[in-house]
Amino acid sequence: MLEIIDLHARAEGTEILRGINLTVKAGEVHAIMGPNGSGKSTLAHVLAGREDYEVTQGKVTYDGHDLLELDIEERAALGLFMAYQYPVEIPGISNKYFLKAAINAIRKYKEQPLIKTSEFLDLLKTNLAKLGMDKSMMERSVNEGFSGGEKKRNEVLQMAMLQPKLAVLDETDSGLDIDALKIVADGVNALRSPDRAFVVVTHYQRLLDYIVPDFVHVLAGGRIVRSGDKTLATVLEAEGYAFLEPAGTPA
Amino acid sequence: MSSETALLEEYSKREYKHGFVTDIEADALPPGLNEEVVRTISAKKNEPQWLLDWRLKAFRHWQTLQEPTWPHVHYPPIDYQSMIYYSAPKQKPLLESLDQVDPKLLETYEKLGIPIEEQKALAGVAVDAVFDSVSIATTYKKTLEDAGVIFCPFSEAVQRYPELVQKYLGSVVPAADNFFAALNSAVFSDGSFCYIPEGVRCPLELSTYFRINAQNTGQFERTLIVAEKGAYVSYLEGCTAPKRDENQLHAAVVELVAMDDAQIKYSTVQNWYPGDEDGKGGIYNFVTKRGACRGVNSKISWTQVETGSAITWKYPSVILQGDNSVGEFYSVAVTANRQQADTGTKMIHLGKNTKSTIISKGISAGFGQNSYRGLVKIQKNATNARNFSQCDSLLIGDKCGAHTFPYIEVRNTTSQVEHEASTSKVGEDQIYYCRQRGIPTEDAVNMIVNGFCKEVYQELPMEFAVEARKLLSISLEGSVG
Ligand SMILES: Nc1ncnc2c1ncn2[C@@H]1O[C@H](COP(=O)(O)OP(=O)(O)OP(=O)(O)O)[C@@H](O)[C@H]1O
Ligand SMILES: [Mg+2]
Repeated sequence: MLEIIDLHARAEGTEILRGINLTVKAGEVHAIMGPNGSGKSTLAHVLAGREDYEVTQGKVTYDGHDLLELDIEERAALGLFMAYQYPVEIPGISNKYFLKAAINAIRKYKEQPLIKTSEFLDLLKTNLAKLGMDKSMMERSVNEGFSGGEKKRNEVLQMAMLQPKLAVLDETDSGLDIDALKIVADGVNALRSPDRAFVVVTHYQRLLDYIVPDFVHVLAGGRIVRSGDKTLATVLEAEGYAFLEPAGTPA
Repeated sequence: MSSETALLEEYSKREYKHGFVTDIEADALPPGLNEEVVRTISAKKNEPQWLLDWRLKAFRHWQTLQEPTWPHVHYPPIDYQSMIYYSAPKQKPLLESLDQVDPKLLETYEKLGIPIEEQKALAGVAVDAVFDSVSIATTYKKTLEDAGVIFCPFSEAVQRYPELVQKYLGSVVPAADNFFAALNSAVFSDGSFCYIPEGVRCPLELSTYFRINAQNTGQFERTLIVAEKGAYVSYLEGCTAPKRDENQLHAAVVELVAMDDAQIKYSTVQNWYPGDEDGKGGIYNFVTKRGACRGVNSKISWTQVETGSAITWKYPSVILQGDNSVGEFYSVAVTANRQQADTGTKMIHLGKNTKSTIISKGISAGFGQNSYRGLVKIQKNATNARNFSQCDSLLIGDKCGAHTFPYIEVRNTTSQVEHEASTSKVGEDQIYYCRQRGIPTEDAVNMIVNGFCKEVYQELPMEFAVEARKLLSISLEGSVG
C-alpha cells in the first residue's frame, strides 16, 4: 500500500528526513516511535504533502500512485488521512459543515454522487456515539476552543467519517485521559480491516496495548534506526533511547 | 483573479473604444464644470426653478469646499474640469446574439447563475420577444400602482410629483453636506424616487425591476426613498454581474426617510470594475448614504456587500430621531489586488430608547487595504440609547491591511455602547488542513470567508445572498496559493 524508498526532505535549508525506508502493506499497523525532534511529524506531513517541506531525494509509492506527484487534496481523495498532532482551528465553520464538505469534496473527486443529508446525519450519529462525543460539538466551529483531548477525538471522528485507506495518526494519544485513550483506540480498531493500513506515531507504549501494532520502528535523526515487532515498544518504554547514542546521532 | 481581471480589462478596453468619440458628437456638453453647465443640465431636464436654484446653491458651495483627505485611501488628484457632466443617455449599438459576447464574460455570468435573458441585457445583446422587459416592467408598475407605491426615475418624479420631491430632497443629506454630496447636488443626472404611502407594505422587493432597468443611471446618481407612517419597503440596489462604466468617478447620494412605525431595508451589492492588478482604471465610488428615522418606532437597515471599485468611500448612516427608533448596518467589504475601501457607518442617537447595531466584516487580500470607520454618537436627550458594534477583519495573505477607526461620542450617561473588534487570518495551516481533508484551496477559502460573513448574508434577501456568496468567491479567486 505504501512504499517509501530513501526519502530525504528538508525545511528552511535543514535536512530533516535523511533516508527513510518503510513498507506498509494493507491490513498492517505500524507504530513509529522516537525522540522529540527526530522527524516523525515531518514524515507524516511529507506524506500528506505539506508544502513547507522540500523532498530532495527518494520515492514514495501509494496504492500504485507516485505519491509525491499528487496534490494534497488528491492524496486525501485517494484515501490518505492524517490525524494532526496539532489540529487546526477554523473559526466560523461548523464541524458538521466541515465534515460534509470534506466527504463531498472527496466524492466529487471520485465522480460519485454527493452524500444525502439523511445518510450523512446517520453516519455522524453512529460515529459520535462510538467516540462518546456530544452532538452539540458538531455545531461548534472546527476545533475552536476545543480542549486538547477534544481536538484529538475530533480527528478520530473525521477519520471514522472519511473511511481512509491509509491513516497516519500523529500522537493522537497525547493529551487524552485514560478513558478517552481507550475510546479512541476502539475507534481505530473498529476501522482495522484487511484493506486498510495505519501508521501510528506515539511516544507511549500504553497506546500500543490497545492498538496492537504489527511492527514498531524507531525514528531518530531522520532515519529509521531500528525496527521490530510489538515487543520493541516495551523495550523502549523500559530503556529509553539511550541505545541510540553511538549510531543514531546525526553526523 | 488574474483571468478575471484580464477579462474585465479586455472588456473595458473594447467598451472605451466606441465610447467617447461618438458620444461627444451627439448630445453632450464639453468637459468642464461651471454655472452654465449646471443651468444646462437643469434646462435639458426641464426642471422647475426651485430645483435649478437648489443645484446652483449646491454648486456655489461646492466651489468653496476641499476634497476630503481624511479617508485612509490614496489616489492621484481628480481633475473635475476634465469630466463631462451631461450626456444624453444613449443606446449603445446592440449585439445580435450572445455568440458575439466575450465567452469569458459569459462564463462569469454563468458562475453567478444569472438567467440567460438577463445576461443578454447586461452584455448589451438585443433582447428577444420571449423576454419582453417592457411587459415585465409594466406588470411591476401595475402591482406597485395598485398598492399606491410610487417608484420611478428621479427626473420623472420631479415632473410628476414636484411637491414630494421638493419636500424631501436634501432633507437628510443637505446639498452642502460634504464635497461629493455638494457636487452630486449640483450636477446629479438621474436616479430613483420611491414613495410608500401611509400603512402600505410595498408588495414587491424592489430589486429585479431595478436590476433590469437601471443600466443608465450615470455617475451622479440620486435616490430618495420615503416611507410614510407604518409603511414598509425593501429596496435592493446594484448588480452582482461585473459592470463596466466609462466614468471613473461615481458620487451618488441616497436619502431615506422613515416616519412613525415605518421600516426601510436598503440592500446594496456593489461590483463596479475594481481596476487591473495594479489598480489602474477602476471606479472611484464616493457615495453619501444616509437615512433619517424621523418617526417613533421607525427602523432603517443598511446591508451592503462591497466587492468592486478601486476605491470605496462610503458610510451609510442613520439619524435616530424618533423615540424607540432602530438603525442597523451590516457590511461585507472586500478588497483584493490594489483595491482600497474606507467604509463604515454613523449612528446618531437623538431620540429616547434608540437602538443601533453595527456588524462590519472587512476582508483584505492581495495588496488590498480595508478600513472600517464608524461613529456612534449619543446626544444629550437620547436616554437609554443602546449601540452594539462588531468589527471583524479577515486577512488573506500578508501584503494586505485592515484598519479600524471607531469614534464614540456619548453625552448621555444612561446609554450603553459596546464595541467588539477582531482580526484573523486565513492561515496557510487552515488551508492545508482543509486540503488534507480533500477540500481544494479555493473551496477552502470560500468556506472560511463565507463563515466569516454569515451574519451579514443573513440580512440579505434570500436569492441575493446566494449571488453575493458566489460573487465573493469570484472576487477572491486566486488570492491564495
Ligand atoms: N517547517 C519547518 N521549518 C524548520 N524546521 C522544521 C520544520 N518542521 C520541522 N522542523 C524541525 O525538524 C525537526 C523534526 O521535527 P518534527 O516535528 O518532525 O519532530 P517529531 O519527531 O515529530 O517530534 P515530537 O516528538 O516532538 O513531535 C525538528 O528539529 C524541528 O524543529
Ligand atoms: Mg511530532
